[in-house]
Amino acid sequence: MAKRAVPEINAGSMADIAFLLLIFFIVATTMDVDTGITRLLPPIPEDKVKEKEIKVKERNVLVVLINRSDQLMVEGQIMNVEELKDKTIEFFSNPADDVSLPEKEEVTIEFPPGQSPRFPNGTVNILVSKGVVSLQNDRTTTYGKYLSVQNELVAAVNELRNQFCVENFGRKYDELDSKKSIDQAIIDGINDIYKMNISEAEPKNIGGTN
Amino acid sequence: MSKFKSAVKKGVPPLSTASLPDIVFMILFFFMVTTTMRQTEVQVAVTVPKATQIKKLEKKSVVSYIYIGRPITRMQALYGVEPMIQMNDKLVNEEGVPTESVKDFILAEREQLAESDKNKMTVSLKIDQNIPMGKVTDVKQALRYANALKINYSAKKDYRNLATR
Repeated sequence: MAKRAVPEINAGSMADIAFLLLIFFIVATTMDVDTGITRLLPPIPEDKVKEKEIKVKERNVLVVLINRSDQLMVEGQIMNVEELKDKTIEFFSNPADDVSLPEKEEVTIEFPPGQSPRFPNGTVNILVSKGVVSLQNDRTTTYGKYLSVQNELVAAVNELRNQFCVENFGRKYDELDSKKSIDQAIIDGINDIYKMNISEAEPKNIGGTN
Repeated sequence: MSKFKSAVKKGVPPLSTASLPDIVFMILFFFMVTTTMRQTEVQVAVTVPKATQIKKLEKKSVVSYIYIGRPITRMQALYGVEPMIQMNDKLVNEEGVPTESVKDFILAEREQLAESDKNKMTVSLKIDQNIPMGKVTDVKQALRYANALKINYSAKKDYRNLATR
């Protein structure tokens, strides 16, 4: 019997099939990166702590209220969202040591040595603001407004951190790489100087009842 | 002499497409590996607000999502138009703080994480910008009770305001 050769399979359409699958996967892939403002919620206080409220001096608190019609009031003044950032920066930095703006206390911060020409051994005594932002909103305030206010507060603290970082380390704050241990130590140090002190009150109705 | 002539006359050789399937397969495998299919169908309409101070969420595997918004048109016959909370595939609309359902959701999500990742768990809140804060505050309160304190207010980058400041 004569040996019959198996006919060769035509692989010409292989590319077409592969293309078809490729296009399916390209379409089905979601490459969106999730972005947003990260915050840490305060833990539920234990019963004993609940009783005595922590007293803070009035000069150390920046009261930010948002009412039911999305109007903003800061320290008794009606304000636009755009002005809030500068107000917050002034509040936290208090450059002229105004008696109506927050007190400062001296704190020793440890930076990694040899990173900044200002304090070569890394240890620095610095005045840190005791200010706290108190953010209160109505139950009918829209979320968009609330987040834009949060955004401005975060922007203010980030700007102060960036300013300090540029002055002392000659680098931008957001260019520090948290994966490197030295940079992470610098970030921790700066975060201790400019804390994200935003306190949110328990919800209540501001500016009229529902 | 004739030997050289024939060499000059020769045209461009036809381009071989034999390696084309290989290249396409390579790209195909890349996409197959990187693809993560969306496991939940979002049943509420969510347009997240814009912000300038946003950060990327680094590790997606430790992130759980809570959506708050009004039900999409297709679902309105079933759920109405009041803002609802979606966790996985379940839509919840409770009066007051939805402590129990959020706690169940957080426990289930935490169960899926590796032991070393459990304290890194982040809850991404995808909330429509026109939702009243009352609902959001309730969810935040419930998250505090469930001890899921690391949250992320999902927001898109605001390119328009970024240039001016």
